[in-house]
Amino acid sequence: MKELIDSKGLGYRELNGHIRKILGLSSSDSGNRYAGMEILLKNVCGQRYIGCGLKGDHKISIEGVPGNDLAAFMDGPIIEVFENGQDGIGNTMNSGKVIIHGDTGDIVGYSMRGGEIYIEGSAGFRCGIHMKAYKKKTPVIIIGGSAGDYLGEYMAGGIIILLSLRRKGVDKVFGTGTNRAGYHIGSGMHGGTIYIRGKVEEYKLGRDVIIDEPKGSDIDILYEYIGNYCNFFSADASSIKVEDFIKLIPFSHRPYKKLYTY
Amino acid sequence: MALKLTESEFEIERDPTKCISCRICIKQCANGVHEYNIDKDTIISDSKKCIGCHRCESMCPTGALKISERKAQFKTNANWSANHIRNIYKQADTGGVVLTGMGSDKSYPVYWDHILFNASQVTNPSIDPLREPMEIKTFIGRKDLKIEFEDDGEVGNIKLKTEVFPQLELSTPIIFSAMSYGSISYNACKCLAAAASEFGTYFNTGEGGLHKDLYQYADNAIVQVASGRFGVDVDYLNMGAAIEIKIGQGAKPGIGGHLPGGKVTGDISNTRMIPQGTDAISPAPHHDIYSIEDLAQLIHAIKEATEWQKPVGVKVAAVHNIAPVASGIARAGADFITIDGFRGGTGAAPLVIRDNVGIPIELAIASVDERLRDEGIRQDVSILAAGSIRSSADVIKAIALGADAVCIGTAALIALGCHLCQKCYTGKCNWGIATQDPYLTGRLNPETGTRRLLNLLRAWSLELKEMLGGAGINAIESLRGNREHLRGINLNDRELLILGIKHAGET
Ligand code: SF4
Ligand code: SF4
Repeated sequence: MKELIDSKGLGYRELNGHIRKILGLSSSDSGNRYAGMEILLKNVCGQRYIGCGLKGDHKISIEGVPGNDLAAFMDGPIIEVFENGQDGIGNTMNSGKVIIHGDTGDIVGYSMRGGEIYIEGSAGFRCGIHMKAYKKKTPVIIIGGSAGDYLGEYMAGGIIILLSLRRKGVDKVFGTGTNRAGYHIGSGMHGGTIYIRGKVEEYKLGRDVIIDEPKGSDIDILYEYIGNYCNFFSADASSIKVEDFIKLIPFSHRPYKKLYTY
Repeated sequence: MALKLTESEFEIERDPTKCISCRICIKQCANGVHEYNIDKDTIISDSKKCIGCHRCESMCPTGALKISERKAQFKTNANWSANHIRNIYKQADTGGVVLTGMGSDKSYPVYWDHILFNASQVTNPSIDPLREPMEIKTFIGRKDLKIEFEDDGEVGNIKLKTEVFPQLELSTPIIFSAMSYGSISYNACKCLAAAASEFGTYFNTGEGGLHKDLYQYADNAIVQVASGRFGVDVDYLNMGAAIEIKIGQGAKPGIGGHLPGGKVTGDISNTRMIPQGTDAISPAPHHDIYSIEDLAQLIHAIKEATEWQKPVGVKVAAVHNIAPVASGIARAGADFITIDGFRGGTGAAPLVIRDNVGIPIELAIASVDERLRDEGIRQDVSILAAGSIRSSADVIKAIALGADAVCIGTAALIALGCHLCQKCYTGKCNWGIATQDPYLTGRLNPETGTRRLLNLLRAWSLELKEMLGGAGINAIESLRGNREHLRGINLNDRELLILGIKHAGET
């Protein structure tokens, strides 16, 4: 079943209220929860917290630009945005998927514990910071274009893949000598993996990471998520070569170990 | 150059006429101080390893042991204290930061001890709390300036028309402070949770998540969200009675939380929802919060995730500009502000921070309460005061200065047996509180501990009622911010001005 909400002029509380109502989730509903619902939000214009704390296997499509904290604390649903996104997408997200046909603002996937975020274009500063993995959950962020400073700061688990493409489509792939990450990549990182297409200059790295080469399971991971990216954004997978990636990992799970006296 | 510390801080005296070589002291000391010597058939003690927790002394069945501070470790010097010297030795050995536990023990002024409470004589009668109702129930949360009722004219059929903001209902104005599972043992968490639940008040999970066996007490839990977001998901947010965003802590303002990977084992890893063995790092800034607007965003994200059903608070350390900070937090939409004074406890903090950063909670309460009143927003937010509340007298003074309720951490742990040895960061707490070693945690019996906490809450509540009654007040509501009931003693004009109280002797 597909439902439509015209978001024009709605505040975020009203908008989220409508969504919850359709899904049978509002506290006033007598337990009549629906499964597998699809909702199209039209005319979204900066409403924050869309899908915040939402559970289930629903899909929400968004026309227009959603506001900050899209999919914060989300646990299950898929959200697809046909425009740019703003700050705080997937804040402390537990599971589900967010697909952004455009660029995003800062702190995408803050402390995300599971789920996947696909960004067609570029991400702002502090993308994927505090990401963690837990048991079967491995959060993943794939960025098509560039990423701002502090990519994967304090990262404790999960996967970040930076494709370093030009915006929209792979026909304008940058030379492999160029990566498109900012400074201080992975500073404070103590878990997880960052894959970056292109060479990374040492001075751009946080002091807690080391450069490695993708091999074995890394290659499978890259193929899987690059494949998904190309599917979602109709890009040409053949022009993104796994050999062009480097892999960044932390050199300690215990960065603070030697800081104190007896 | 080997210049290891050779001096011991404590002296252990064993009375040979009393010691029966039962070896209980050997078992009781997790620091391995006591050892049985077969050849001599006696117990010998290495005082250098002793941290002064007094466990062995308390447990010795014949009273043969005496632990005391060793006075002459260094030549007396009013400037260079033994602690200064000892820390320099340690740092010269290791090049590391000196860690400590619990609140600062430095001799900064304790303003509680310079404030006197009032009582009635002749002109306004005092009240006997044993005979007359005395209300100490407290509500934490945003209050409406005005509430309206619906009255259809029928007797007893008046309904509240205003939709009031979500509130926490406390049977006594005392909450247990945030202490995470990881910094304290499961048994200690269980005692706090069970006692809060039975007494009708709240405990705070700290930033370590809520252990699944404690879900039964979730209605009395304030669940904390820190920058590392450990154990935080939408279920956790919805499970608690309220949510607290942790920005800072009195013992270490500007410093984050950090549970070493060595302690992230088994259940702690499950409760924090992180793999075993990794450092659990909550840096001091939330890197998504650089302004009041950003804080407002997180507050509202949490409110949205919990459908505006729960109060959301913010915990900050009492620092020099605490009044404008609190005003910003109130304007960001928080329902309560927890202010933690610089004497507040901790499981681990750099000594230099603990002993030198922040301000006393007494001054912080007074200046925040005044600022919020001046700005006309005091009703928008409740104030929880923390950071070394040592008795019911401190509670009543805190409330008269302007707090809505207080949080007790150290006092609660003392009720559970803590002897303030300040070695919580070693993970070898001989009292079974700040440790995860099953041999040690077994020393704290959850039933006994719960009962002791209930007793403490009951005792302080009785004393609160006595003091209120003595001042002719029958509801704690009427005391809040009522500084006319306080007088300063031995304070200068500036201190009196900040506290907003008169000097003793002034009417
Ligand atoms: S550390 Fe505690 S238990 Fe051990 S000897 Fe010293 S006082 Fe006794
Ligand atoms: S909790 Fe334990 S280690 Fe910490 S001060 Fe108290 S007795 Fe010492």
